[in-house]
Amino acid sequence: MADPMRIRANMTGDKVEVKALMAHEMETGQRKDAKGNVIPAHFIQNVTVTHNGKTVLSAQWGPSISKNPFLHFRFKGGKAGEKVTITWTDNKGEKRTDEATIAGG
Amino acid sequence: MRIPWLVAGAVITALSSAAPAQDNTQKEIERYRQLLQEGNPADLYEARGEEIWKQKRGPKNASLEQCDLGLGPGVVKGAFAQLPRYFADTDRVQDTESRLVTCMVTLQGFKPEEAMKDPFAVPGRHSDMEALTSYIAAESKGMKLEVPIRHPKEVEAFQIGEQLFYRRAGPNDFGCVSCHSESGKRIRLQDLPRLTEPKEAQKIFTTWPAYRVSQGTVRTMQHRLYDCYWQMRHPQLDFTSETAIALMVFMAKYANGGSVEAPALKR
Amino acid sequence: MKILLTCAAAAMLLAGCAARLSDDEAQRRAEEVFRGSFTKGNQKMAAAVFQQDEVQTLCTKYRDAPPKEIADRIEKSQAATIAYPASGKLMGDWREGEKLAQDGWGMRFTDTDPKRLNGGACYNCHQLAPQELSYGTLGPSLYRFGRLRGMNETTLRYTYGKIYNPEAFNACSAMPRFGHNKVLTPEQITHLVALLLDPASPVNK
Repeated sequence: MADPMRIRANMTGDKVEVKALMAHEMETGQRKDAKGNVIPAHFIQNVTVTHNGKTVLSAQWGPSISKNPFLHFRFKGGKAGEKVTITWTDNKGEKRTDEATIAGG
Repeated sequence: MRIPWLVAGAVITALSSAAPAQDNTQKEIERYRQLLQEGNPADLYEARGEEIWKQKRGPKNASLEQCDLGLGPGVVKGAFAQLPRYFADTDRVQDTESRLVTCMVTLQGFKPEEAMKDPFAVPGRHSDMEALTSYIAAESKGMKLEVPIRHPKEVEAFQIGEQLFYRRAGPNDFGCVSCHSESGKRIRLQDLPRLTEPKEAQKIFTTWPAYRVSQGTVRTMQHRLYDCYWQMRHPQLDFTSETAIALMVFMAKYANGGSVEAPALKR
Repeated sequence: MKILLTCAAAAMLLAGCAARLSDDEAQRRAEEVFRGSFTKGNQKMAAAVFQQDEVQTLCTKYRDAPPKEIADRIEKSQAATIAYPASGKLMGDWREGEKLAQDGWGMRFTDTDPKRLNGGACYNCHQLAPQELSYGTLGPSLYRFGRLRGMNETTLRYTYGKIYNPEAFNACSAMPRFGHNKVLTPEQITHLVALLLDPASPVNK
């Protein structure tokens, strides 16, 4: 199973501020190794963030997103104590889901 | 490391190619840096560092919460702003990471080689040291850097650091002095601080540790020095070596008075 | 009566006067510390950096600001080291020169390919071709180097020599002694000479 994400979710004013660091190589598929062989593409394609069963953010990523992507965004409608869940899936079919509890305002 | 250079590349092609306008390049780099400031992945390293600090580990199944970083056992707030410093229990000058090694050995029962193993993150493996240092530095954020250079061993460390700063060696005849003794210079597009000028040292020394986008992880001053020696065509600098600590004390002399901005964000 | 205030005496009057090492003692201790700080690294490289040659020792001692007699001595001794290519031809191919100027590979502890030649990394410190905006400013701009100096035997020999051993022209220069320290081969240096002096080179456009 892929390395865990590190997620922090805080109330800032009336919004939930989410910061997530995803551990992923985000290999473009355009690089070559020292021997001249192409390093196979391996990158996150989809990111879904849910809260109370509702999708609050959905993203389609490609090879231009750099290694260990850092996602930082805010959404309305969450309260301290509730959970935010983030799932990513990549082009090899691997996926990872982690959740964080929203910290108090 | 694609995004920063992707943006930089876009910026560069937008500029005239005939007569490179240095000011424009500088301004665009600054603007890009401003955009990056919001949302520093180092926050997450701080959180993990705090967890590790409080975790019971090692043969003695103890946490690091009684570790003395210079202000008394367990006092983390403000400690980073006064490191490196002399410690009576080990009778030597130590920085944050060196002190963490001491505590991992004495409080948690690890062997020194275990505590010093794999201090820098590599693809596929995080570093506890980087997380711990992020946490400890964050607990001094905004405070004034006041590294003591009073005890004879602190003064000696400063003098040794000073000698080593000017030491030219290796196939490129490089010393720290080669890149860090003049103001307003840069290597490629990376600005270089004049480390013996307080105005610059106070702003730059205090930004370590930092999340380095090009490295995909937080890097500390120990790593910065290791990285410098790599570029200087020297061999691998030992983790928590006396050279590293002496150079830190030397730099701190000029940086004292600056405000701790660590953990910061860098390319 | 001269009163010499030693540190110890001063300590009786002032607080916080810690004993300072003499310059010689500080230098000795520094070497000792340095030699114990690379124990887990590449030992061949360590041996090479522990030994400083005369130029490195003097420039370290005088912190890159040697007095005139020392500077003259350095420049004279270093000028004698300049070795020219066997062919006698000082100007190579500027296209190869541009590649070398861009290439920073070589002599770091991760550069372990024994078959690959080192680069010159010139853009790290210098502006050269105007199309390259990612240039450093540790050294002066070399844009229009040839246009400003003209292409003749004198400038050819100066340019080659300067890259081979910059210390021959400027004692304690920050610029590496590419030829003398065997970072670049004489042939490689001729390509850099061409980059700088060939009228067809982008540097001179």
